[in-house]
Amino acid sequence: MIEVRNLNKSFGDRHVIKDFSFTFERGKCNLIIGESGTGKSVLTKCMVGLVEPDTGEVLYDGTDFTQQDYYARKTVRKDIGMLFQGGALFDSMTVEENVMFPLAMFTDMSDSEKRDRAHFCLNRVNLPNAAKLLPAEISGGMKKRVAIARAISVQPQYLFCDEPNSGLDPRTSILIDELIKEITYEYQITTMVITHDMNSVLEIGDKIAFLHKGEKWWEGTRQEILISENKELSDFVYATKFLREFRDRLRTA
Amino acid sequence: MSLLFHIGRYFLLMQRTLRRPEKWSIYRKQIFREIDVIGIGSLGIVSIISIFMGAVITIQAAFGFESPWIPLYAVGLAARDSIILEFSPTIVSLILAGKVGSSIASEIGNMRVTEQIDALEVMGINSAGYLILPKVLAAVFIFPFLVVISMFLGHFGGYVFGVVTGVVTSYEFIYGVQYEFRPFNVVYALTKTVCFGFIIPSVSAYHGYYTQGGSLGVGESSIKAVVYSIVVLLLFNFLITQLMLA
Repeated sequence: MIEVRNLNKSFGDRHVIKDFSFTFERGKCNLIIGESGTGKSVLTKCMVGLVEPDTGEVLYDGTDFTQQDYYARKTVRKDIGMLFQGGALFDSMTVEENVMFPLAMFTDMSDSEKRDRAHFCLNRVNLPNAAKLLPAEISGGMKKRVAIARAISVQPQYLFCDEPNSGLDPRTSILIDELIKEITYEYQITTMVITHDMNSVLEIGDKIAFLHKGEKWWEGTRQEILISENKELSDFVYATKFLREFRDRLRTA
Repeated sequence: MSLLFHIGRYFLLMQRTLRRPEKWSIYRKQIFREIDVIGIGSLGIVSIISIFMGAVITIQAAFGFESPWIPLYAVGLAARDSIILEFSPTIVSLILAGKVGSSIASEIGNMRVTEQIDALEVMGINSAGYLILPKVLAAVFIFPFLVVISMFLGHFGGYVFGVVTGVVTSYEFIYGVQYEFRPFNVVYALTKTVCFGFIIPSVSAYHGYYTQGGSLGVGESSIKAVVYSIVVLLLFNFLITQLMLA
């Protein structure tokens, strides 16, 4: 479980995250949704320590990450898997080497054990035949799946996914969502997903926080999101004119 | 103020770079890979430059010494001292600053803009150490070898072109090269080279590591890496020369 308490972050005069508090529960897909530029990525970076928050706490199973020194943070980070928007695969390594990399760094596994684990993870994300390819030789969707395989290779306790569906077609998006959901339930990990894709929200959103202008505007489940009376959230969910008219007809009915 | 900011940030980055590696076996592999890329990959350009540099120095020396008062072996002597003291360590390092520096800055800069450095950090890996330390160690190790090869090829080029063009005889050139040879000059040249071996990858990596923006930022970092590597290299060239020869 990850608890974020009263997190604030500013860049100069721009207050990007305003007093954000939320509990990311274990074994659930916890979603942070919101329009572009509302501070979702900054929030994630504050949570994993890539950006230092101005004030607030980030508690990983009760331990405040923001107060830890460099070495203590490294220990926590070994339990974190992260899926970046572009995959962030290492260009100079093959798919298999990318997945084996965290194992090589942090375990004493033999080469064959590492290879077996990498192949297991690649099979888990339905990429059994991509091991010897370079990241430049695979599609965007495949890159995301390899990034997931790399993230789960060291059996993390916490999984962060920064817009896992960006740039993907709807079908591949759903495959990625299903994969994230399955992995979360199967390994009982605390998953945090940043998205503004409503298909994802409705597919995997066990617990959702809506971020608006850096503030948490709403919190609830995917069942509640469709019937929320919150204007900003409603405008976000029913973004198109067609959907808004549909919502209004539903409300009238 | 901006200069002080960059100097301070550079030293903080170096402090992170020199932290204890997570796993030496991984770093060792990286060091060998970098030796191959930086050292073996630069052998061609270093060889070509050195041969022609030696040739030009010899012909220019012969042109300048066209006097009955100056013995012809002075051509070999002048070529030797020029090659050992300045041309091989400094000019070759300047060439390497362009070739290796831009390559390091663009490689690390590209990793920054594609979030690969963030990925390393989130995994709990010291990204500065993993990316920069092997390059610095590889350069510090391999640069002296490149410079020694350059010295040899510089003399070889000077000898061949000097004799072929008839500006100096074989005997006089070799006699001049051997005349009052001071091994300390080689020590001085290699000391400079080791220092340049640290400056070029570290300054270039600094610019790559703090790349901002997209591909445009990577290009800017490469340019800055080369320019600042050269400026710092020339500054240290002066300081080391002052300390060791003055």
